[in-house]
Amino acid sequence: MRGTPVRPELVEGLVASVGQRFDRLGPNGAGARRRKPLLLRPLAKPVLFVACLLPFAWLLYGAISSVYGVNTLGANPAETLIRATGDWTLRFLCITLAVTPLRQWFKQPSLARFRRMLGLFTFFYACVHFLCYSWLDMGLVFDDIVRDIPKRPFILVGTSALLLMTALALTSFNRAIKWLGAARWQALHRAIYAIALLAILHFFWMRAAKHNFAEVAVYAAIITGLLGWRAWGRWRDRTQPAVSSSSTP
Amino acid sequence: MHLLENRGFVHPHASEITPRDAYLRRRELLARFATGAAGLALAGWAGREALAQTTRPNKLAALPGARSAVAGAVTMEKPTAYVDVTGYNNFYEFGTDKDDPAKNAHTLKTRPWTVAVEGEVKKPKVFDIDELLKLSPMEERIYRMRCVEGWSMVVPWVGYSLSELIKRVEPTGNAKYVEFVTQADPKTMPFVGSRVLDWPYVEGLRLDEAMHPLALLTFGLYGEVLPNQNGAPVRMVLPWKYGFKSGKSIVKIRFVEKEPGTAWNKAARNEYGFYSNVNPNVDHPRWSQATERRIGEDNIFAKKRPTLMFNGYEAQVGQLYAGMDLKKFY
Repeated sequence: MRGTPVRPELVEGLVASVGQRFDRLGPNGAGARRRKPLLLRPLAKPVLFVACLLPFAWLLYGAISSVYGVNTLGANPAETLIRATGDWTLRFLCITLAVTPLRQWFKQPSLARFRRMLGLFTFFYACVHFLCYSWLDMGLVFDDIVRDIPKRPFILVGTSALLLMTALALTSFNRAIKWLGAARWQALHRAIYAIALLAILHFFWMRAAKHNFAEVAVYAAIITGLLGWRAWGRWRDRTQPAVSSSSTP
Repeated sequence: MHLLENRGFVHPHASEITPRDAYLRRRELLARFATGAAGLALAGWAGREALAQTTRPNKLAALPGARSAVAGAVTMEKPTAYVDVTGYNNFYEFGTDKDDPAKNAHTLKTRPWTVAVEGEVKKPKVFDIDELLKLSPMEERIYRMRCVEGWSMVVPWVGYSLSELIKRVEPTGNAKYVEFVTQADPKTMPFVGSRVLDWPYVEGLRLDEAMHPLALLTFGLYGEVLPNQNGAPVRMVLPWKYGFKSGKSIVKIRFVEKEPGTAWNKAARNEYGFYSNVNPNVDHPRWSQATERRIGEDNIFAKKRPTLMFNGYEAQVGQLYAGMDLKKFY
């Protein structure tokens, strides 16, 4: 399975049945039935959901309290908000892209349950990032935003990534897979790779002003690793098709 | 009895009676309220004077300055909080994030310190910092500071006009420009050696700009000596230019005939011109310069305030640039 296209049955919802089957058989036989693996417990998803909201809650608290003169976000809270929401978008993008490799390396098929939620949180933080930029930097003046997007290449790149993400978010529910057909749905959702490259270019270009690439390099290395691992798997599958399905759940 | 009751001397319940010790402390309390009120009233009255002598944060050695009489030198706008002035700034020798200077600049050694004044002058001299501190009376000047990145502050600086120093070294007829060379010591400045800029950080002015009384040779802020992260022990402050034109921790002032190559101009010629006067009509190639965010003043949802021509110092410095195409000489 490594490197081959993401199969529709791995998409959450359908994956739940895999999880249940997995649970019934158990990794350690019948004895494991009493205590479900952590990842399959019903609470796992709400817990992850709340955890994903924590950075947002912290930033929202900082934004509101800054209006009342309490500064948890430093001397320039607007700048902190714009940058922090961008950072969190990148982090969630990396986490989302890491689901498939982690699932295979650690033989944890149930990780796939969380992929859609993580992807949607990436989109959520990207939207908040864009809102912060257009509100705190551009004062929600539509004309100024429209003029700013082509003026600054890194804004154009970031906006393109957001538009692509919107397409993925709008087709993220189960019925969209049926409507589009699994093959087309997969092709569309491979746009996540393009989004990752646009996101890192956006960050690189922003930091280019100060020649400050230390953080960019960290994210670039992670994204290169995650995409490179997929490319390598694909290349290996092509050259040695016999071993390809060894890690399929 | 009825009358007495109304006067408050007869109480039906013991619980309504003011305890004896509280009763006895009435005068003390009244006295305390009175002084408090008087204190507040006095503070308001003294506040007008205090504009010239801003409240010291009591962090560093005092460096008082008399209120400056130079035209435009004291804005009535509210000074930005000391914690923001000293905690949010650019000083790339200590890192590129705006909280890096405050975190890293403690390693800077500001004593002993000398400033070599040389080049096209009749009386070149290496000044000791203590000699510079005594060269001319200290003035407090409250300037707007506009960063090229789009944020601004109001800072009560302490120093005197650079022209005081220039007069003493007597520039020759060949002196057309002044070059400021700043400290670049990789041992005490962790980011010197990074490839962000060419080190040392060099800035420059035309001689007539340098002679302008608003061009401040600066030794302190908020009534105290400069904190390391703000360019101790001596820096320039040029309120009508973007902040980066004001070199920090200066070690050499050279009078030259040709326009000096300045750090940001060398790094990105099309983005940072030699003049870099604050100008809302000339955008940075990558962003608008029409508006700015005043640190600590405007709440995050407030509209950014309009940037003023020459940062609001047009009346004072405008004639320096009469007839120049400011779109070309940005």
